[in-house]
Amino acid sequence: MSAHLFVLGLPLLSSVVLALVSSLTTSTLINVAGTFLTFLASIALLIHRPEPSLWLFIDDFNVSLVVLTAFVGFTTSVFSAGYISRERKEGHLTRRHLRFYHAMYQAFLFTMLLALMANNLGLMWVAIEAATLTTVLMVSLYRTREAIEAAWKYFILCSVGIALALFGTILVYLAAQPVVGPGPEAMAWTHVIKSSAAFEPALLSLAFVFLLVGYGTKVGLAPLHAWLPDAHAEGPTPISAVLSGLLLNVALYALLRFKMILAANGAALAPGPLMVAMGLSSLGLAAFMLYKRDDIKRLFAFSSIEHMGIITFAFGMGGALSNFAGLLHMTMHSLTKSAIFFAVGIISQISGTKNIANIRGIATSHPVLGWSFLIAVAAIAGLPPMGVFMSEFLVVSSTFARQPLLAIPVMAGLLIAFGALIWKTQNMVFSKPSIEASQTYAPWALAPMFAHLALVILAGIWLPEPLVAWFKAVAGMLG
Amino acid sequence: MNIALQYDTAHLIGAMVLLFGFQLLYQRRIKAVLSTFALQAGALSMAAAWQAYIQNAPHLYVTAAIALVFKAFFVPFALNWLVKRLGIHRSVETALGVGPTMLIGVVLVALSIMLVLPVTQGASALTRENLALAMSVVLLGLLMMITRHNAVTQVVGFMALENGLILAAVGVKGMPLVVEMSVAFSVLVAMILFGIFFFRIRERFDSLELHYLETVRGDRL
Repeated sequence: MSAHLFVLGLPLLSSVVLALVSSLTTSTLINVAGTFLTFLASIALLIHRPEPSLWLFIDDFNVSLVVLTAFVGFTTSVFSAGYISRERKEGHLTRRHLRFYHAMYQAFLFTMLLALMANNLGLMWVAIEAATLTTVLMVSLYRTREAIEAAWKYFILCSVGIALALFGTILVYLAAQPVVGPGPEAMAWTHVIKSSAAFEPALLSLAFVFLLVGYGTKVGLAPLHAWLPDAHAEGPTPISAVLSGLLLNVALYALLRFKMILAANGAALAPGPLMVAMGLSSLGLAAFMLYKRDDIKRLFAFSSIEHMGIITFAFGMGGALSNFAGLLHMTMHSLTKSAIFFAVGIISQISGTKNIANIRGIATSHPVLGWSFLIAVAAIAGLPPMGVFMSEFLVVSSTFARQPLLAIPVMAGLLIAFGALIWKTQNMVFSKPSIEASQTYAPWALAPMFAHLALVILAGIWLPEPLVAWFKAVAGMLG
Repeated sequence: MNIALQYDTAHLIGAMVLLFGFQLLYQRRIKAVLSTFALQAGALSMAAAWQAYIQNAPHLYVTAAIALVFKAFFVPFALNWLVKRLGIHRSVETALGVGPTMLIGVVLVALSIMLVLPVTQGASALTRENLALAMSVVLLGLLMMITRHNAVTQVVGFMALENGLILAAVGVKGMPLVVEMSVAFSVLVAMILFGIFFFRIRERFDSLELHYLETVRGDRL
């Protein structure tokens, strides 16, 4: 059996097992062990790649995202262990909720990994739909009025989005079918991309509009982002971390696969300008919205919209350098944003509030947590020498080289967002402490955040040669 | 069988699905909305069965059966039961009046015909017409979701939208089974989900009007 089946099988198996285990200690252990083994199996994919089949395939592009997903899935499960046990102790969650939560967490990882590895475009759609369903259930976990409303909104908006994406997928099949012939081959990405030059261009263009609106809703691109801040704010924090760090990437990945089909066709509508426009509007809107946030999780949810906007913009620009920057930014944002949510989870637990105005002086009351939170926010705001700075610099400079006028709104958006994040964080980290120093957290709960930050800082200073070569190869593929 | 008859029958059934889509737009009472949805699902089932017959694709009979059993009988029945249990079988307001809603509906149908027919020159006439009808049904479902504020009718709008998707999928020759099955499956899951949601909403707010949900918005945009 090859490694990719393990990568899919382990979370599925863990999900089934976790649905049956009711002891909290045992289930957190199984959760961490399951994600760790999945991560190991995903590393094996780097060394040995299975032959593509009509259903699943691994290529240069998705293997890096599979490893990233498995890694963040693992670190989040470690963070979740500490977070969840405290929630249980404080009585926010019952035992039944926890069993459900753990089973869903693994099921969610399974659906994301399936979406990344799927060769069949229909299967990819099914996996993303399933990922939506599992996260809806997790967002509503606390059963509060706000949580139910957030879950409902998320569910309705993303279901409609995903339905439109299916319509787009059907149109792509319709375009492929006369050339590739009816049957599963016309749905397999590896077959479709080879012969897409002969497809009816107008049909592909129509399909892409549906796909952009459909999967774009899931990416959280403005003006389709309304579900995102609510879903991030009302669910448990580990879920916010994986939503921002992983699910948005997966939806964007799906969109990019279709963009590649259009690019290989040549005569169809150029997907670039549409993506550039949506990326810029997300960046601009989110940058201004950051100033008005008073909920700490919503603040960083809007920051996710901003960064997905930057990434979509970069891929929309296309070309080797912009694609490279987009890929790097995707990775860096994933790592940094989940690290921030780890810190936010601990902060909101020890302070007992999510209101930014009531969280002050963490650096004085809890120095290690406060300073590492500050470093993480500095990283996401794009300060050197962190990895996000590198990728944002590449986005801006590659834009300057080709479309100098477009670089201006990007720079403006980045600076406006930077100001908001630093302004909001300053009061939280410094000034007179509001949290009692007696409120403690388990020291190991910071380990996942340190791991992420170390990687982000390392990437900012030095990118290993094989990684650069890899990203370059993928950037070439993306066209 | 003669091609013209195949074509005309498929066209007729597809148009029936579309007509029920229009009817859904102006129904006021929840019970009537649910019956209309059941009829639409029945018409969809006929469309799928007809396509199975003329394309000689037996797996489409499965799609037809799922549409008939699950969507035409089980879902309306379950929702009716839910509505009775929650005691909300009164009429519900739409955001727009009947006239403007129907007008927008007509515009949407014209739009999808104008959009789909030119881009599918390469496909067979049967597929083209079917796709145009399916896209109209999808857009009408979307319109219904926008004009209704009640949770049950919004769900029906969503399922009408999915009916349009299945109509598109069965009309394209050789579409792999996975898609139809998964759509049907996702409806099942969605149904369970919605059920859970309804109960929770009921427990907390004593009403299914989404307006009551909108009092707490966090800092919405």
